[in-house]
Amino acid sequence: MDMSDNIAIRVEDLGKKYRIGAQVARYQTLRDTLVSATKAPIRALTRRRFTPTNTIWALDGVSFEVQKGEVLGVIGRNGAGKSTLLKILSRVTEPSKGSAEIHGRVGSLLEVGTGFHPELTGRENIALNGAILGMKRAEIDRKFDEIVEFSGVEKFIDTPVKWYSSGMYLRLAFAVAAHMEPEILVVDEVLAVGDAEFQRKCLGKMGDVAGQGRTVLFVSHNMSAILRLTQETIVLEKGRLVLRAPSAQAVDYYLSSGYAQSGEHTWQPDEIPADSHPFIPIALRVRNPQGAIVDTLRSVEPLHIEIEYRLQAAINGLRVGIYLLTTQGEQIFTSFDTDDQQQYETYTNRPAGNYLSRCTIPADFLNEGRYIIGVNASTFRQRRYFQYENALTFTIDPSGAPGMQWGELRLGAIRPRLDWQIQHNDHSPMGTHSVPGASGRRDE
Amino acid sequence: MSDSAITRKTPEEVVFLKPSRGWIRLNLADLWRYRELIYFLTWRDVKVRYKQTVLGAGWAILQPLINMVVLSLIFGRFANMPTDGIPRPIFTFTALLPWGLFAKALSDTGRSMLANRSMITKIYFPRLIIPLASVLGGLVDFAIQFVILIFMMLFYGFAPTLAIVTLPFFLLLALATALGFGLWLSALNVLYRDVNYILPFLTQLWLLVTPVAYSESVVPEEWQWLYALNPMVSVVEGFRWALLDAPAPEIGTLLISSIITVIVLITGMYYFRRMERTFADLV
Repeated sequence: MDMSDNIAIRVEDLGKKYRIGAQVARYQTLRDTLVSATKAPIRALTRRRFTPTNTIWALDGVSFEVQKGEVLGVIGRNGAGKSTLLKILSRVTEPSKGSAEIHGRVGSLLEVGTGFHPELTGRENIALNGAILGMKRAEIDRKFDEIVEFSGVEKFIDTPVKWYSSGMYLRLAFAVAAHMEPEILVVDEVLAVGDAEFQRKCLGKMGDVAGQGRTVLFVSHNMSAILRLTQETIVLEKGRLVLRAPSAQAVDYYLSSGYAQSGEHTWQPDEIPADSHPFIPIALRVRNPQGAIVDTLRSVEPLHIEIEYRLQAAINGLRVGIYLLTTQGEQIFTSFDTDDQQQYETYTNRPAGNYLSRCTIPADFLNEGRYIIGVNASTFRQRRYFQYENALTFTIDPSGAPGMQWGELRLGAIRPRLDWQIQHNDHSPMGTHSVPGASGRRDE
Repeated sequence: MSDSAITRKTPEEVVFLKPSRGWIRLNLADLWRYRELIYFLTWRDVKVRYKQTVLGAGWAILQPLINMVVLSLIFGRFANMPTDGIPRPIFTFTALLPWGLFAKALSDTGRSMLANRSMITKIYFPRLIIPLASVLGGLVDFAIQFVILIFMMLFYGFAPTLAIVTLPFFLLLALATALGFGLWLSALNVLYRDVNYILPFLTQLWLLVTPVAYSESVVPEEWQWLYALNPMVSVVEGFRWALLDAPAPEIGTLLISSIITVIVLITGMYYFRRMERTFADLV
């Protein structure tokens, strides 16, 4: 077998060009075309391309190879070109330049539930969705029981899915997608949806797939999942591939790259997904006790995290909150601005307008190291308006923190100043039972 | 490269993705590979169509019956259009069968790409399947209506002649015409949403220039060639000929209609394929 036999995906100089404004005015009307045709008859007649200033390269000159059986991570900020790359590789859209070579059937978990029809029953949707995902009828029939069991909706399999809870709907959709057994699996952020239990199941299934020696392309903002599931990771930045490295190195590069330095993250209009409406994020900031926006804060001082946002319309049941993670991807906590009962009663229904949600992380709480803040704006179990996993990172400086006199690295994400009571007990039984050498030193 | 493909146990599909330029191949083989999806999407459209309606599939019967009554009243009682001596209700109903199939297919197809937006932006499959399934979805209604027509034929005492063997041809002509124009409209609709507003007028006007409620004999001889440019003229005449022993369509009319349909269908497929690469970005 020669080397080419082991290639699953080969991407060469791949690029995708979009016309700017395509997102604002998603389609043109006949009138627009007629108007522009009369305004610029020559251009219209000669069918000239639009001037280059009107276009943007969402993906530009990306080249890489994926070996069979390899699990490759793909990370990058929103708008870095991750989704465009996946769309090209799963043949949803055509590249504008370059080429890609794909060996084997591609299945993607980015289209969980695609083609599900609310009026059809679970059973009917499995058949339909399977066909949409490219499964043969015999294959669907063979796996039907397994799919139903995995989804856990046995009892409602003959009920129209419009009566399903969103969780059931999602589980069924994922179950079908997870059973299609493609040679190449493309996964994009499915893990961001569903409850913790379901996410575990998804990750488990992904691990299985990887373990079976199939090729996986895993796009995620979840750094711990990337570190756990992939060996190598590519980093995309503004449509370009800037790094391919072992995942730990790539994650480290990504987290410490440019944008993370300032103590502030602002969202440009083109970074905000259309479906976040009416929630419009403006900025996320970290401030020290003096109110300055900084990147490095002291463990011994409190720090403030604030999210500025605008509601273009009222949202009922809104909660805006943060996740805090270590750079190793461990979740430290999740907190929402309406966690407190009183706040909840006052602010759960918010009219349109500008808002600032601000929280204080107490002094003597975080250990030294770098931390990641993620933002979430959602209504409980109904809708996630906005989610941004790695909005901002900041550094905690340990000077003055408990235990600094020893200058050692303390493990763990938190470094609390605990109230220690030390009792010196003269009549301690220690003296009588102790081994002479060891206890002697302890008593000093 | 190619020798390894022979020695390999299971043939592996290799796909090359490149920007396409100019006119693209139709790639009908791909369509064949996805034939099960055509079936499933058609099945979905049929299954969903009359969900949560009181009358259910009764609508498939009621719609042409109401149309029949209305058209018979207007064109018979008020305009007194000729029917070649055939009782007006069955004269109209026989034409409404292929017309209903065509009109529904045309408007469904025209809107099909937008209606299936979520699939188009998330997953690959030959896009031609969507308009194709929209056209085929009408066949179930057609079959139900055909049963009603058989009862009407028994009631009015029409026995089919040998000409009935040509019926599949005229049915196919109606489907091909609907698909041809539907492909143009659905692709244009992705670019220009004006199509949504044009569609109702288009089908209304088209009905007036199709001899559904009147006999084509009202059209003056010197304009017949122009009239023949509408393939649905041949379809409707063909249906009446095959089922009610009405005068056969002129061979010239038939030829013009067929050529028009073939041209529209082929150009429609190429235009659709050409636009296909931008569907996911524009829809």
